[in-house]
Amino acid sequence: MNLAWPLTLGALLFSIGVYGVLARRNAVLVLMSIELMLNAVNVNLVAFSTWIRETIAIGQIFALFVITIAAAEVGIGLAIVLLIFRNRETINIDEIDLLKW
Amino acid sequence: MPFVAPHIAWHGIAPELALVGGALVALLIDAVKPAVDRRFLAGLSLATIGLAAWFTFDLRDTRAVIMQGTLAVDGVALFGRLILLITAAMTILISYHYLSRRRIHRGEYYPLLLLATSGMTLLAASNDLLLSFLAIETLSLALYVMVGFARRDEKSQEGALKYFLLGAFSSAFLLYGIALTYGATGSTQLSVISKQAAVASVDERLMFVAVAMIAVGFAFKVAAVPFHMWSPDAYQGAPTSVTGFMAAGTKAAAFIGFFRVFLVAFGALQWDWRPVLWIVAVATMAVGSLLAIAQTDVKRMLAYSSIAHAGYVLIGLVAANRDGVSAALFYLLIYAVMVLGAFAAVIVSAPGGSERLSLAEWGGIGRRYPVFGGAMTLFLLALAGLPPTSGFTGKFLLFAAAIKAHENALVVAATITSVVAAFFYVRLIVLIWLQDPPPDDGHPGIGPTPALITSLGIAAAATIVFGVWPQSLIDLARNAISHGFVG
Amino acid sequence: MSETIVFLIAGPIALGSALFIIMSKNAVHSALWLILNLMALAVLFVDLDAQFLGVVQFIIYAGAIMVLFLFVIMLLGVTREELLGEAIPIQRVVSGILGVALAGTLVWILLNAYDESAFGSLAGANSAGNVQGLGRLLFSKYIFPFEVTSILLIVAAIGAMILARGRTEEESASEVERHSGEDVRL
Repeated sequence: MNLAWPLTLGALLFSIGVYGVLARRNAVLVLMSIELMLNAVNVNLVAFSTWIRETIAIGQIFALFVITIAAAEVGIGLAIVLLIFRNRETINIDEIDLLKW
Repeated sequence: MPFVAPHIAWHGIAPELALVGGALVALLIDAVKPAVDRRFLAGLSLATIGLAAWFTFDLRDTRAVIMQGTLAVDGVALFGRLILLITAAMTILISYHYLSRRRIHRGEYYPLLLLATSGMTLLAASNDLLLSFLAIETLSLALYVMVGFARRDEKSQEGALKYFLLGAFSSAFLLYGIALTYGATGSTQLSVISKQAAVASVDERLMFVAVAMIAVGFAFKVAAVPFHMWSPDAYQGAPTSVTGFMAAGTKAAAFIGFFRVFLVAFGALQWDWRPVLWIVAVATMAVGSLLAIAQTDVKRMLAYSSIAHAGYVLIGLVAANRDGVSAALFYLLIYAVMVLGAFAAVIVSAPGGSERLSLAEWGGIGRRYPVFGGAMTLFLLALAGLPPTSGFTGKFLLFAAAIKAHENALVVAATITSVVAAFFYVRLIVLIWLQDPPPDDGHPGIGPTPALITSLGIAAAATIVFGVWPQSLIDLARNAISHGFVG
Repeated sequence: MSETIVFLIAGPIALGSALFIIMSKNAVHSALWLILNLMALAVLFVDLDAQFLGVVQFIIYAGAIMVLFLFVIMLLGVTREELLGEAIPIQRVVSGILGVALAGTLVWILLNAYDESAFGSLAGANSAGNVQGLGRLLFSKYIFPFEVTSILLIVAAIGAMILARGRTEEESASEVERHSGEDVRL
């Protein structure tokens, strides 16, 4: 197998995530798209880690940290979404427009 | 293969240990005794910051890379800690009464502030992209929560949501850039990356994309155009004390991290990134200054002014020389102090929970309260970069560094935008002094308290002193970089 | 050879499910597609000699994090599609162009840089066991970042607690006051 394959997969997943963040208006879906981007990065990190073949796998450690941070981010993000929904009954980011964008 | 326990350089991380320890103690006290006097928590936090400052002072002659190459102890890291600890201490002074007035004085505020500060100091000292990323996330997560701290206020919620979504989006870009850098160079440590990046076998286009994505991540954190959209909303929605903390602290920490990563790790690639950052700097100064003119809300106006100031500090990075670094360090410190002073003045401007947010409400306030009006005028002059304030000295140093790096066009652009920016600062000053104050009845008055007066006084004194006698601080900033970055 | 076969199965599944995440009208469907995506990636990680990460991805991501997502979606009751809110077409078109341009650039650059980089395997680094290797690394070279993560998790825990907690007495009191205050100002 060639290193370019998983890297291409990572790049495509990342771009799909970027599209999701920009195109979707539902805050939960935007958050999911961000998760997709973080996972795309993990694919890159793991693939590089295997390819570089160092005695120690820095890339895998990094991916482990990324998973931890993703979990923390989701926790805060969903808490904010919940907070807003309680007040306004919507999580559509176009309708959350008290402040000018 | 036996496991060798790593060496822990306790003295090198003592400031962060103090901050985190203080945060945990405050958190525990608040959890066990929810009715505890907030004054006690604020005092404890100030003491913690004092302890961290003492540990930082203790490190003044140390220059080393510690913690298995992840953390740098050098002049820039220490100067960064100095800025951030001052910022945190002043934030506590302006927070205390403000939070009480708005009735959002929950005890968790202080631990969050201390933990965010520790994230910031780590970012300023990080020598490894992995640690930089963790530090950015730590300070960002704490700030997302602090922006939404006025939970029932819809603007606060909205600011938090926008800051969070765009912040998480930008950290994904930063992360992708770091992953590509790791793939191209085989390491996340800044000094190793810089050695590897100079090797011919590294693919140039790949490195360019990696550097661009990391730049996007940092540009977002410092609110540089075109990644500034979150900042007016987050600044306006956040509780005012948090806005001040973000404007002073986040900006300083992110800029020092930005400088360190780009000058240490990507120094060899500077001919690639300098032209791009040149454009970003000019766009940031221009957009920040022009859009600030159209604002009618004080906090929003200061947000755009803060964007413009990010552009000025970027001049130091584009100059990419030691003068640029020392000028940026000087500027970040004096900017932190004056912007916190300005937000303290916004808090003082009204006695109740609502400040004078609309510019019109500031009309004639200087005639009625000359001392208060004078302080605000001083901060506005400093933000505009007019003598005899520290803002003028700071801009002068940055422009001098750029000229030394033969970036004359950049200095011309910066001067033009400074003139544009001066317009809206002076407009507010005119409003404060020349308009007739409204009649006595129905006038809300102002709400000074000892802590707020102290912070206003400190900020005003520093703004004057470093404007008229800046030499000692300039020397301090120059010494911080005189041996370069460690590592 | 077997790695290639696994990749050729798991890769397209990951890609397809990713497209479904952003295309589904229903948030619950998106979440389920995301779970499939994460599972495919977990398989891919094992395929790339990252056994521990594969398991962690499965348990933490596809398990814990996605349960959190589904929990919140159900709590908000946004299974109703009208609440989803769709983007105005122009925004989708612009996003699509940006996405395709980004994908094109990245793929072009990566293919150029690594088109002749055949994989080895991590057998050397994994000789004493993948988990053991990661553990050693985590508690020696990366001990400091590891400890910093604990700060991050404390922040996340406090933050989620502050934001999602129901209203406190203090806030109820302030709400009354704020409303009466607004009346005076009007």
